[in-house]
Formats: sequence, C-alpha cells, structure tokens
Amino acid sequence: MAGQVASGSRSGLRSALPLLLPAYLWLTVAIFLPLSAMVFFSFMTELPLSGKAWAFTLENYTTFFSQGLYWTLLLASLRLGLEVTLWCVFIGYPAAYVLAKVLKGRSREAIFLLVILPFWSNGLVRIFSWAMVLREGGILDTALNAVLPFKINIDLMYSYPAVIIGLVHSYVPYMVLTCYLTLQAIDDSLIEAGRSLGASRLQMLRWVIIPLSMPGLVAGAALIFVPVVGSFMEPRILGGRTGTFYGTVIEDQFVAVFNWPLGAALSFILLAVVLVILALASPVLRRAA
Amino acid sequence: MAGVQVSNLSRSFGAHKALDDVSIDFADGGFYALLGPSGSGKTTLLRQIAGFDFPDSGRIAIGGESVERVPVEKRRIGMVFQNYALFPNMSVADNVAFGLSVRGEAKAIIASEVQRALDLVQLGKLGGRRPHQLSGGQRQRVALARAIVTKPRVLLLDEPLGALDKALRVDMQIELKRIQREIGITTIFVTHDQEEALTMSDRIGILRDGRLVQEGPPEEIYDRPKSEFAATFLGDANILRGDTTGTGIRLVDGTAIAAGAGATLAAGAKASCAVRPERIRIATDSGTSDPNANVLRGQISKRIFAGNNSTYFVERDGQTLKVIVQNTGIERLAEGQEVVLRWSPESTVLIAAN
Repeated sequence: MAGQVASGSRSGLRSALPLLLPAYLWLTVAIFLPLSAMVFFSFMTELPLSGKAWAFTLENYTTFFSQGLYWTLLLASLRLGLEVTLWCVFIGYPAAYVLAKVLKGRSREAIFLLVILPFWSNGLVRIFSWAMVLREGGILDTALNAVLPFKINIDLMYSYPAVIIGLVHSYVPYMVLTCYLTLQAIDDSLIEAGRSLGASRLQMLRWVIIPLSMPGLVAGAALIFVPVVGSFMEPRILGGRTGTFYGTVIEDQFVAVFNWPLGAALSFILLAVVLVILALASPVLRRAA
Repeated sequence: MAGVQVSNLSRSFGAHKALDDVSIDFADGGFYALLGPSGSGKTTLLRQIAGFDFPDSGRIAIGGESVERVPVEKRRIGMVFQNYALFPNMSVADNVAFGLSVRGEAKAIIASEVQRALDLVQLGKLGGRRPHQLSGGQRQRVALARAIVTKPRVLLLDEPLGALDKALRVDMQIELKRIQREIGITTIFVTHDQEEALTMSDRIGILRDGRLVQEGPPEEIYDRPKSEFAATFLGDANILRGDTTGTGIRLVDGTAIAAGAGATLAAGAKASCAVRPERIRIATDSGTSDPNANVLRGQISKRIFAGNNSTYFVERDGQTLKVIVQNTGIERLAEGQEVVLRWSPESTVLIAAN
C-alpha cells in the first residue's frame, strides 16, 4: 500500500506543484531564511547590527562544552521535558480513552470543548492565572484551608512543581488530541472480541489498545517533549529563581545580555541534541507503533 | 460443550423493547439459526448470550449454570464478528493464540493448539501473516479459529458471512458446517439470510420486534408456518384471507379453500391460508384428476423465465398469486392467458389472522 501511494505521488508531482508551492514558499521565507541568518550569527564574535567589528569564530560553540553550567542546564531541561511528557501521558491518555470509547454524543462534545479550551486562551494569561492559584494565600491555599480542619501552608509558587504544573497544563491537550484520534480509530468490536476471548480490561489495554494507539502516543510525546525542552515562559514566571533552564538562558542571551551569537549557538546545540534523541528513539518507537 | 437455555428474556432500550419475553432451548451440539429482519432483536439476543449486555429480566443458562449476570470474559464463549475483528497489530498465529495467552497457558501448548486450529480451518501455513495480508474468506477462517481454539462452551456467530461475496459465502457455509460437526460445538448463528438459515441449521428461531415468532427445524417452519410473517419471511408464500370454516377458509367471493394442516380455529373467525408457490400446479383446462384439490381461476399477468424454472404471476380477484413451475419443457404459458390453479389441501396451511 505504501508503495502504491509513493509511486502515485511521484507521477502526480507536476500537478501537485501548485498546491505545494504556497506552503513551501512560506516555509522558505518564514523559517529557512531566519534560521539561516541564525546559523550565520552563531559563528560570529559580535552581532553585525551593533556596528562593532566582527569576525567568524567557533567560540560560541566551544563555550557550551567548556562551561559545565550549560551542560547541567541542558540536562535539567531534558529531564523537565521527560517529566512533563510523562505527566501528559498519565493525565492525557486516560482522558483520551474516555473521550473516544466511553462518552457518546453531547457529553463527548462538551468534554472535548473543555480539553481544547486552554488552546483558546492566551498563554501568558494562563501562566499568570496559575501564579494566582499556586502562591501562598492564593486560590489553592485558601480553598484547601477552608475545607480542611487543620491549617496547612501551600506555597508552590517559584518551585519546580509549579513549573511542571504550568507546562503540563499548557501541553496536555496535544496528548489528548493525538491519542483521541488513534483511539477512536480502534473498532469497538476489537475490544469485544478480546473480552469474548477472556481478556481482562488490563490485558486488553496491554496487548491491543496501547499497541494500536502507539502512533498517537508517539506523536503527542514528540509534540510536547521538543517545545518543553526549550521552554522559558513557564519556568521564568512560575519557577522564579529555581526556574533557570536551558530555554531561559537562551532567552537571556537574546533579550537581556544581547549576546545573539551565543544564544543562536546554544539554540542549535539544543536542536541537534533533540534531533539525536528523536533519531535514537525512532526505531524503538516505530517497532512499538 | 453445553446447551444454552434462554428463559423469559426481556431487554429494553428506553421505550424500545429489543427483546420481549423470549424463551429458546438451544440443544447441546446443535446448529441454531436466529433469523429475522433488522431490528428484530436477533443480535440483541446473541449479545445477551455472549454477555456484552445484561437482560432486564429472565434467565440465561449455559450448561445448566445461570450466567445472566456473568460478564463476557468469564462466560467461556467463542464469538465470530461480522467484520472479523482481528487484531491488526498481531500476526495470524498471535490472533489465534490470544485467548490462550491471556489465560496464561504454556507456550508449547499454545503453539500446538494454534497450529491445530489453523489446520482445522485450512490455514496451517499462514500463521506468520498479518490480517491485512489475507482475503476476506481467510480472515473469516482466522476469526473462527481464534474463537474455537479456547474450547468454548458455545460458539456465537454474528452474521459471519455477511461481508463475503456470494460464491465465497456458499463455500464458507459448507466449511462452517463441516467444522461445527467436527468439533460438535453448540452453535448459535445470527443471520437475515433465510437461505443461509435453511441450508445450515438444525433448528431456526424466527424473531420479529423482539419476540420469538416461531421455532423449530427448518422443514417444520417451512411446511407449517404458524403466522403470515413466518410464512412470508422464510421462503415465499401466497396468502389467501377469509373466514375460517374450521378446516379451511371461505374467500370473500364464496370459494372454499381446504387446508390439511395448521391451527385449529373456531368457525367464523378471520383466518388465512398459506401455500408455497412451488406447490401450485398451473393449467389451461379445468379438467381435474383430484376432486379434493383447491381450485382458483385467474389470468397470467407476468412470466419470469429463470432457466430451470418459471415464475408466473396470476391475477385473481385483485390479488396476485405466485406460481413456480419447474422447466419440464412441456408447459409454456403466455402472459394474458386464462389459467386454472390447483393444489392439494395437504399443501395448504391454516393460519389464524394476526
């Protein structure tokens, strides 16, 4: 089947060109050109725009390897990406399952809307709302103290958990949507067939449902992991001083220190690392999918 | 292996009565067809027996053990679905092995049982294939092998041949029957195809609007239908309506029709007589050899030639009667011809008006 599609697209390439052209033109202008400029900058000593003399150098890249700080921050960001992705799986997958297989009709539409709602609100507004919830004397603190008979102090603001909460909230809809699509494609009669053969719900999940929805899990994980590793807004606002990650350091180079060449170099190192991780993971994931 | 008893089973979905007080005894080792139009409740009944859905009231027993509140995974049944429902992420062998693996059987036992089941459905060499590499008929066989490899107490088939083309369907009917005989498993088969029900099953249950209309061996239902619905749904039938005389009916124009079988009715009540199209003899003359025969006159409005037989549509008193005549090369009647229809009372079934 894949062979047929490939040969079909080759012969139809000429007629498909007018359809492809706008997208590729846009990608060239909007992504390729700025990125090329950034590659160029990353090999410079100074930003040419500043009017100072500049020269080509590899120093921006060697800085990453000579200073342990960057490596430590990159590892912290990768760990953050992994943790957020896992939380999104644990929270998003069951929700997607219920949406795809349990709910029907109006109630499905309503719950679906609630899942997509975060997409429709401004990211910054979302993060500041969390700040109001998580800080001492904030909504969570007040609410819990109103319910519980004893006094507790909840101040999650400017902590690692706050960063995780904010990021999971921002990215869990991706996992729900990608998993929903693959779960919905699983015919209900497969589940019934498995049950008629004596499989428990857990066995069905392990041997049929998870394997068949693996493409959705992988797509969701990739959509979440990559941007979270480079994220800076949530760590900065919700993490405060503890929220220093690889992404915030890159942001600093661009907006605070004005060391664009170093910022660009750090970005490309991140890009390379992420690509290597995805390449290493792809055979495993493809086999699972 | 075990028989299945369904007693007074009812199930409603909202205001809709999907099953209404249905009782059937499925004998151990028998091949039973549940026949009915769509919405008749036949699939609902099968799903109740399988355990996908629980009844509102009534009892289901498999091998004498009450199971109506036992979930499907604990009922030890085998089921074949209309769309086969093979697991696309597994090989054919793994599909067949599934029921044994989830039970935690030893690998060596699983391998030999799977091979035996695949041999039984004549797919012994295709264990390594994926379901999408198989034809419709082969998938059907895999689904059957997967359902029987666990040695279930009952085999449930939900329109299993519905997705196959005609020639393949006939092959599979024979094949299915052979396998069922070979392992001797109680089999309940849902279909809307009356021919399939007639040729394959030991007994047929006809359902309509959630009720069991009639139940019995195919010959009995065909020869002695108890309702107009049973008469017309299983095979073709001419229905004549009138007032009963006790042993037959009198039509509106006064003609008497004698019936040799069927219900015993009080004289004067509304009733019908059913007669199969192939039981009626058609001729141009009125000369008769049998003085007891039922006789009606009419005019041929249409003739359909089908090679080995011809179907005549005969207009009589505003009603069209259907007559099927074997092609013996002698009688060739033309449209528009006046004819005499004759059939014996033994071929006539008296049915209470519904």
